[in-house]
Amino acid sequence: MTSAETGGTRLDPWLESYAARAHAMRASEIRALFAVASRPEVVSLAGGMPYIGGLPLEELGEMMRRIVVEQGEVALQYGSGQGYEPLREHIVQVMALEGITAHPDDVVVTTGSQQALDLVTKIFIDPGDVIVAEAPSYVGALGVFRAHEADVVHVAMDADGLVPAELERTLARLKAEGRRVKFLYTVPNFHNPGGVTLSLERRPQVLGICERYGVLVLEDNPYGLLGFDSDPLPALRSMSPEGVIYLGSFSKTFAPGFRVGWAVAPHAVREKLVLASESAILCPSHASQLAITAYLDHHDWQGQIKKFREQYRERRDAMVSALEEMIPEASWNVPDGGFYVWLKLPEGLNSKSMLPRAVTARVAYVPGTAFYFDGQGADHIRLSYCYPTPERIREGVRRLAGVVDQELETVRIFGADAGGGGDTVEFPSPDLA
Amino acid sequence: MDVMILAGGLSHERDVSVRSGRRVKDALESVGARVTLHDVDTDLIPALRSLPEGGVVWPLLHGASGEDGSLQALLELLGVPFVGTASHEARVAWVKPVAKAVLERAGVKTPAFVTFPQSLFREVGADQVLTAIAERFALPVAVKPARGGSALGVSIVSDREELPRAMVHCFAYGDIALIEAAVEGIEVAVSVVGTGDDARVLPAVEIVAQGPYDYDARYNPGRVEYFAPARLTDAQRATVEGAALEVHRVLGLRDLSRVDMIVDADGNAQVLDINIAPGMTETSLFPQAAEAGGLELGQLYKEICERALAR
Repeated sequence: MTSAETGGTRLDPWLESYAARAHAMRASEIRALFAVASRPEVVSLAGGMPYIGGLPLEELGEMMRRIVVEQGEVALQYGSGQGYEPLREHIVQVMALEGITAHPDDVVVTTGSQQALDLVTKIFIDPGDVIVAEAPSYVGALGVFRAHEADVVHVAMDADGLVPAELERTLARLKAEGRRVKFLYTVPNFHNPGGVTLSLERRPQVLGICERYGVLVLEDNPYGLLGFDSDPLPALRSMSPEGVIYLGSFSKTFAPGFRVGWAVAPHAVREKLVLASESAILCPSHASQLAITAYLDHHDWQGQIKKFREQYRERRDAMVSALEEMIPEASWNVPDGGFYVWLKLPEGLNSKSMLPRAVTARVAYVPGTAFYFDGQGADHIRLSYCYPTPERIREGVRRLAGVVDQELETVRIFGADAGGGGDTVEFPSPDLA
Repeated sequence: MDVMILAGGLSHERDVSVRSGRRVKDALESVGARVTLHDVDTDLIPALRSLPEGGVVWPLLHGASGEDGSLQALLELLGVPFVGTASHEARVAWVKPVAKAVLERAGVKTPAFVTFPQSLFREVGADQVLTAIAERFALPVAVKPARGGSALGVSIVSDREELPRAMVHCFAYGDIALIEAAVEGIEVAVSVVGTGDDARVLPAVEIVAQGPYDYDARYNPGRVEYFAPARLTDAQRATVEGAALEVHRVLGLRDLSRVDMIVDADGNAQVLDINIAPGMTETSLFPQAAEAGGLELGQLYKEICERALAR
């Protein structure tokens, strides 16, 4: 490992061999702090982990046993690169709930929708290409985009989601600058981390603008069926089958441990996705696909989603009422579904600098900087209410309120701008999903 | 030999501790020891009570509770033999300004420093205190939490305007700040093994960092080039080795320690930091020093455990 030139060592004999894109992949102080978040003493309002305790685990155990005993020779074997056909048939039914008409042949099953994100980025992005995304945007997508050396340009959202006029202005500017925009990445329902939903009225507007500029839409929809009060809005894909690649997932509506998601894409794109997926993983986990197929065949999965919605609504209410009571000086949205509250900190606080203090106080959140490609977001934090019980959420907010008070005191002592600017994107870890 | 390694904990350095624990476990197992890893939680005391006769505990916790003497006090209370410094001495070594004051009094050189709690800045006005600091110390200065490791919360400040931000960063990790003259020179870490008259040094490791030797530099290979042994003259080597042994002796450290220092332009060894539970990860300095000294890690760790047991 010792360098012949200097006689020293950098502890990695392959340092000069890495691709340029690997240089940004570094373990950060933030990642280290999250190591504590998994301990039971810590109330983690950080991760987007679904409430698995709400599933009928005994029944699922029996289901898994039967799959291995009765279908083991299939379940434990390689499968099709595009995915298990009976599952693809089910996925078509699932998507119909959001107005999508598709054929099982249109569906590509992936290892979570995270792999679908990677595949789409791999087949479309050359280094330096532009991806337009909401501000803020899902940290896991930003990590994929960075790994493929894309440039991400953010477009503002408001309470009705992506702002069409801002999208149009951004695309016009990028066109005038001669930049190549490959796609718009959007989470239209119960946005991660923003919590907002793209209004019905804006959906055709966004699609129309993208069509005019020749920009593909990548619709990422893990939370669409997790609305608290209303029926799902029609998916963008249902309005523009040729202009939209749709990503779906069982991670939030069933269980992320199976790692099963999917993509639905225009025909030619789908062909490339299958080839890209086969070259990456040969085929998605056959055992997981059979498990999900059995679950959809034999369990009241829609009833389970309804239960989840009730549980998440209760947790959302617990978080919002605790925030109103204990951190009234902050502001936040009240999401109608999904997992997240996007909270704006009181003036002068920096979400990233405050994190060690929060970890000391045994509460964890995700700093807003993780959700931007360009260092914004230091004034926000993402709080997840999906996993802790309402009592733990209340306790977590109580701890967070203490942290905010202490940090405000420090910032007041040293001057309002002492918290400083943000940082660049974090590489996603399962904590941040 | 049965060894129970304590790793994890709830400090900001949990991740580093877990990685250190796994490395030491592997090394000890390679020489035939039976090793278990344990976190610090409500199962700890029953586990300690069931440690087999002739077993020893090795606390590899970094940061509070592992290095501040409290875990050591618990082990002493239970009468469990353990590797490393005893509780009283750990408590002194853990608080940087206290350790620095003790060392200074004993004639060990350490950069000039002041220590203030956040309340002092509030009571007398932060701006005036920071101005006084900038007048007294030629910038750059190092701002660091009075307790803690892995360079968490540490900033090197070259510009007076940057001081408030560095203070906010520091106070997020703890309520007492140490502001220390940043000394230029050759940065070295000297590891010590043994106790009292039996203490001996391992070869000094030199650290050449591009930019600050911060968390990123420490735990991502690439930004730092290490030289083991350090590229020192015989006189410099004697100075840093003498300083490390003196720190180990003056602070009453046991079994192993790592002393971080700078060899300044006058050839003095200026002590920056003392670690009673030095990092043992794949990028850490203590294992590098051992390897540079031609020592096999498993054998060395086993010897450390045996000496602790024989106490």
